[in-house]
Amino acid sequence: MSTDSAVRIVWVYPDLLSTYGDRGNLLILAHRARRRGLRVDGIEVRSDQRLPEGGDIYLLGGGEDGPQALAAQRLNADRGLHRAVARGAAVLAVCAGYQLVGTSFFAKGAKCGGLELLDLDSDRGPTRAVGELAGTPDPALGLPAITGFENHGGRTHVGPGVRPLARVTTGVGNDGATEGVWQGRVLGTYMHGPALARNPALADLLLRWATGSDIAPLDDTWPSRLRSERLAAVR
Amino acid sequence: MTRDGSMPLRARVATSVSKTAAALSRAAGRGDGSVIGGWIGLKIDPHLLTHLAAGRHVALVSGTNGKTTTTRLTAAAMGVLGEVATNSLGANMPTGHTSALAKAGRTPYAVLEVDEHYLDQVITATEPRVVALLNLSRDQLDRAKEVAMMASLWRDALRDRATHVVANADDPMVVWAARAATRVTWVASGQRWHDDSWVCPECGSHIDRPDGAGQVDGAWHCTRCDLRRPIPQWSVDGDAVIDPTGARHPVALQLPGRVNRANAATALAVAAEFGARVADAVPRLAAVTSIAGRYATVRRDGRTIRLLLAKNPAGWLEAFDMAEPAPTLLSINARDPDGLDTSWLYDVDFSPLRGRRVLITGDRAMDLAVRLEVNDVPFEHVTSFSRAVAAVPPGRLEVIANYTAFQDIRAELDRVN
Repeated sequence: MSTDSAVRIVWVYPDLLSTYGDRGNLLILAHRARRRGLRVDGIEVRSDQRLPEGGDIYLLGGGEDGPQALAAQRLNADRGLHRAVARGAAVLAVCAGYQLVGTSFFAKGAKCGGLELLDLDSDRGPTRAVGELAGTPDPALGLPAITGFENHGGRTHVGPGVRPLARVTTGVGNDGATEGVWQGRVLGTYMHGPALARNPALADLLLRWATGSDIAPLDDTWPSRLRSERLAAVR
Repeated sequence: MTRDGSMPLRARVATSVSKTAAALSRAAGRGDGSVIGGWIGLKIDPHLLTHLAAGRHVALVSGTNGKTTTTRLTAAAMGVLGEVATNSLGANMPTGHTSALAKAGRTPYAVLEVDEHYLDQVITATEPRVVALLNLSRDQLDRAKEVAMMASLWRDALRDRATHVVANADDPMVVWAARAATRVTWVASGQRWHDDSWVCPECGSHIDRPDGAGQVDGAWHCTRCDLRRPIPQWSVDGDAVIDPTGARHPVALQLPGRVNRANAATALAVAAEFGARVADAVPRLAAVTSIAGRYATVRRDGRTIRLLLAKNPAGWLEAFDMAEPAPTLLSINARDPDGLDTSWLYDVDFSPLRGRRVLITGDRAMDLAVRLEVNDVPFEHVTSFSRAVAAVPPGRLEVIANYTAFQDIRAELDRVN
């Protein structure tokens, strides 16, 4: 994007992929961009609409099995997200949305084809993973510890072509050892809902990818206090 | 099963032991006895609830929000017909129902609040004449069944039953579940929270609200199938309830907000189904004040403190509608009864609070702090309820809290009712 245009944040299919505060990631990105004096264009795209290809950041949220399978079908038919990723757009995919970006996932007991944006696949775990999730991120990302809340029945297997987002210190994440994924400008995580609330550095990473430039630090007193509290609670 | 009120020996023993256990629990200061008595009674006779309900005219009230209040209002309205047994302490699972009926002795009527997960089971056990369905929205996120699944369970519970259903015409999920029943009375109870009902539960298409996201009781329809807002027989207009004949009944409630006038409409619709005259029942609604501290007003140190309970996003939107423009304390916990996950904070738009003084406290005040900052709502953090009281000038203080935060504050105010 050029410096005089708005940051275009596309929330993909909130009618299908939105549970438990998923809107938060859009609100947090927009808030942090505006505090830097950037203009923001927040675009909510329903599943019966065409996905715009000119977005800077695409957000995929969590969802129930039925809507998740439907979202995969529609996104594969639409191809807009595939073209945006090929162009270098940033993606934050959460929970069901995270599983979607891989090659396959399980919904309602059946194996479903994913978007094949990243080399990973998901199946069902022995138990539902519910609770605090924390981890040490891939050093290449230059991020502090991640902290979130997870609530999922799936387990995700990351292929050799992509890197986990973090090594798990508390919780389950992908498989109890690693959590999430990243490749290029696509990030996936089991930290559900408003994952960026506790991880402002992750939000700023997405904004740096989107703007292609460094961005000024913010007064993060309250997010820092929240992070300290949650990380201390699982220590 | 006996319908003449004379219970089998096992049921009579179970009832007696149940009442004794409840009394012991109260005497020991271990609780109000509304769960333990029922639990023991059901251990002795698994069909005790069925036996206790037999011979009574039963109404059940369920939904995500407002069921305790609506149960209280319905019991008050039905009081014009005769004595009513009710689980007025909010113990809304079969153990609580069993305790309530055992304790009440023989009454011609019973009005029971039912946790939405237990509706099918309690319908089977009590064979209610009327079931009132208020609303369905996301609640207790990390464990409750998803909204669509809950609507489907309700639908199955109501299919092919003789029960008369009184249901909210403004909630698409409730309408879809209720229309499986043979007889339905529709009440325009309103819906302020729409984010769990944009997708049609029948066909998966988009649900259109021509008046937009801000509408409360306007038209809605599925853009593909025939699911649409039914024509309500009962509605709310200002401070009045409109009955099916079109007659206006001004209701002078002590409870705040449009949502409680809608709850009054539901209560009157249920009572009318049992034969109560609306004009006779209306005055009884005015006698209902706070319920287990909800809506209670307390005076302390020159402050007039009003307590509003908000357990989920829909409840928060209703609370903002009720809260007067005065300093407002928000308190958030995330203990087991609240759900351990605070993600729901981002489902609530706190912007109605802009322009007033906002204080925050509770176990998870930091989650709330980050949320309010993102929402551009200025706030002050205080470390306790008493510090919040000290921080505001004499006058009104509105308190909005989620479940255990509310109970903590109620305890500080000597368990105000």
